[in-house]
Amino acid sequence: MSTTVNDVTQSKSSRHIEKVTDIVVRLAGDSGDGMQLAGTQLTNTSALVGNDIATFPDFPAEIRAPRGTRAGVSGFQLHFASSEIFTPGDGLDALVAMNPAALVTNVGDLKPQGILILNSDSFEPKEFKLAKIDQDPRTTGALDGYRVIEVPMTTLTRTAVAETGVSQKLADQCKNFFAMGLLYWLFGRDMSATLRFIESKFAHKPEIAEANRKALWAGWNYGETTEEFASTYEVAPAKLEPGTYRNIMGNQALAWGLMTAAHLSGKELFLGSYPITPASDVLHELSRYKHFGVRTFQAEDEIAAICSVIGAAFGGSMAVTTSSGPGIVLKQEGIGLAVMLELPLLVINIQRGGPSTGLPTKTEQADLLMVLFGRNGECPIPVIAARSPGDCFDTAIEAWRIATQFMTPVFVLSDGYVANGAEPWRIPDVKTLAPIAVTHPAGAENGTPYRPYQRDEKLARPWALPGTPGLMHRIGGLEKEDVTGNVNYEPGNHQHMVRTRAQKVENVASAIEPITVDGPESGLLVLSWGGTYGACRTAVVESRRAGKQVAHAHLRWLNPFPANLGEVLHRYQQVLIPELNLGQLRMLVNARFGIQAVGANKVQGKPFKVSELIQSILGLAE
Amino acid sequence: MSTELQVLKPGDFASDQDVRWCPGCGDYSILAQMRKVLPTLGVPPEKTVFISGIGCSSRFPYYMNTYGLHSIHGRAPGFATGLKTTRPDLSVWVITGDGDALSIGGNHFLHVMRRNIDLNVILFNNSIYGLTKGQYSPTSPMGHVTKSTPRGSIDYPLNPISVALAAEATFVARSIDSNIQHLGMVLTRAAQHRGTSFVEVYQNCNVFNDGAWEYAQDRNVRENNTVELEHGKPLIYAKGTKGIRLHGFSPEVVELGDRVAVDDLLFHDERAETPTLAYILSRMRHPQFPEPIGVFRAVERPTYNDLLNDQIAQAKSERGLGDLTKLFTSGDTWTVAG
Repeated sequence: MSTTVNDVTQSKSSRHIEKVTDIVVRLAGDSGDGMQLAGTQLTNTSALVGNDIATFPDFPAEIRAPRGTRAGVSGFQLHFASSEIFTPGDGLDALVAMNPAALVTNVGDLKPQGILILNSDSFEPKEFKLAKIDQDPRTTGALDGYRVIEVPMTTLTRTAVAETGVSQKLADQCKNFFAMGLLYWLFGRDMSATLRFIESKFAHKPEIAEANRKALWAGWNYGETTEEFASTYEVAPAKLEPGTYRNIMGNQALAWGLMTAAHLSGKELFLGSYPITPASDVLHELSRYKHFGVRTFQAEDEIAAICSVIGAAFGGSMAVTTSSGPGIVLKQEGIGLAVMLELPLLVINIQRGGPSTGLPTKTEQADLLMVLFGRNGECPIPVIAARSPGDCFDTAIEAWRIATQFMTPVFVLSDGYVANGAEPWRIPDVKTLAPIAVTHPAGAENGTPYRPYQRDEKLARPWALPGTPGLMHRIGGLEKEDVTGNVNYEPGNHQHMVRTRAQKVENVASAIEPITVDGPESGLLVLSWGGTYGACRTAVVESRRAGKQVAHAHLRWLNPFPANLGEVLHRYQQVLIPELNLGQLRMLVNARFGIQAVGANKVQGKPFKVSELIQSILGLAE
Repeated sequence: MSTELQVLKPGDFASDQDVRWCPGCGDYSILAQMRKVLPTLGVPPEKTVFISGIGCSSRFPYYMNTYGLHSIHGRAPGFATGLKTTRPDLSVWVITGDGDALSIGGNHFLHVMRRNIDLNVILFNNSIYGLTKGQYSPTSPMGHVTKSTPRGSIDYPLNPISVALAAEATFVARSIDSNIQHLGMVLTRAAQHRGTSFVEVYQNCNVFNDGAWEYAQDRNVRENNTVELEHGKPLIYAKGTKGIRLHGFSPEVVELGDRVAVDDLLFHDERAETPTLAYILSRMRHPQFPEPIGVFRAVERPTYNDLLNDQIAQAKSERGLGDLTKLFTSGDTWTVAG
């Protein structure tokens, strides 16, 4: 946390209130300890008081990895601030470790003199063995640089909930609420949102609701009573753009963006999908909105999912499939057909660590080249990437706008970090969003065969719907004759069609925004795409503050590139492209524009830290 | 658009494309029967959609003056599922082959049946890969010598009717390309059934597997090698001289005469609640038995497309038509003043 205001006031309980601009806190515990729930509650509460927020949930792929082990540690990081922020933060100001495994796997990220809250009840030999540590870390001096606060959370929670009569097992499951209460006290938070949450979540289990309430208050009261904390902290509301806000997660924003795009284009939404981490939440979310006319189909596999989507698109729906890397690989033949059929639909890839099954719950950006080139033949598709959780909403709408304007499938890239992260989202006024005009040819007298591949000036073909009299036509994966769409194997026709499909996708550049640059017009340019936006932006701003001549540009469309990208790149002496892969965009940009951009590349399943990028920038910038 | 009922003719369902199957292919006969049956169903060409996978049979949609989608290998049921669930007003046919449906598309074949999506799936079974020029298929018999099995196939074949029954299909039938009246009747029944209608058609590939179904096609012997299934009627064949009797769970061939009366024979029940009888019938194979043709099973079960659209309608009536603004502002929000 950075202290900007040095005035220390007194609270009712004679405790110092330290005013700070931002705090980074992480809750870490066993997968079953409810850390994600606690983190989400703390996030909502912080958003409600008007802080800007960014989150980073980090959990294992196993549903319940062996208890007490390092592999089973689940973490939730929250950054809340009184100014606009773009990342969940690098170093931790405070860490809550529910057991020794959570301590040893997370303490490395805690800043010197950071607050370290331990559940001391779990620091005993059996737990040390599970965490594979020889000695009690509290006694080795390893924690000397931190402000260690030991709280017997298990015992205190059991005592607090005793009178509700819940079993010891249930009592122990309330520990996360105790930890939450303690943090609410430490950060001066109003608990009413969480109390309301308890009320509604456990409406049918009043005894559990009561136990959680008691645990929450016990945590709060513990902070109030103990002498361990020298002060509490206050983070003032951030000055965000005026409007009504809510907290939103990436996958939720994506689902809502899809529904909004359907509404704006007068279409009903069809989602054909197969469960896969980290994309399944979009399926879950959309399946709840049948009253919006949303049809969700859980297909038998990834291939059936994309095929069902093509069928629905042929029928005139707004059709979407969601998946992650391993599923996208399986869909590629179907996507190739969609390119050939020239039907509008969206393929959403929420990237995770690869190759193969890879790191299902971790983030990566290594599918870019696959979505661009991973199909047989010359098979171009527009590709757009979301840069933050809230941005998923706008990305979905823009993708559908382009898909329908150009009659093409569009790839939407998100990633695990964007999908599961949360941030405040300014609720748009739906009435002011631009409609997406979609037209279908009207019926005709039977007689002249319909020409399904007669193109408009953008090279888009018409979207004639089954059921329309006189427009009966057949489309398929075989090469088509220009204009008529009949099967055709002539060499000249094939070359013409290949070039036409490529040109059509290139034409998308005329319908998207040019890339904009934040910063000086020469020197070093940091070029980012997708979920690394926040870290890149923050690193560039901080480097400039340190006197470096560095600018930032962010690519929203990866295919085609914005028309002015080459011109922008050539203005700079050096270009740095940070990516969570081994340099996929860098390869494309260098090949396309003949420059020698350098990379900052990380493939650890984790997003960039701002400090890592600053280091890369400082190594290059003047 | 006129509301007057148009009288449709087979020609109304024929596209302007030249048919490019090999001369003598069984597909021609199936195409002709389809063009004959469709005008009798009361569904206009523009409301009819043919969806196919890959293979010789999958060229079928190009020859129909309806909407058509020639898709990718084995996946036609997926496309049909997406179309039918979003456009229940359309009559959707899936045209597939033994390799397309049972090998590369095996998974989709199973799932479309159990979901009972209101489609007609017509499987052209020629027990060979024709388009790739003569490799054995999942319905080729053991020992079948082909380009890829010079010492004879060692793959045990699948029985399409048994697979469809095991996959919970509600309508399962078999016919033969050359038996045009029977084929027309079966296609009509398939179209009338609400749910997934599965029809296996014995289809001759005169180039790579000629004569595979000769026993069932040849006018001189087919009476002795096939038995026509009719609901509520006994299984009699060979011009009334032979029948099928059930011995426990096993069928047996019996000569009709003094010792065996018609009443002793197995009476077909296509509406039986369980598929057990239909499964027993599906196991009757040449030459040990006459092979049943006709409708093995025809039962009612709600279709996936109806159930999904019912849920949509119910949700709309219970909750009112969704309102995005209401959704976005539900739960906790806060306001930043200007």
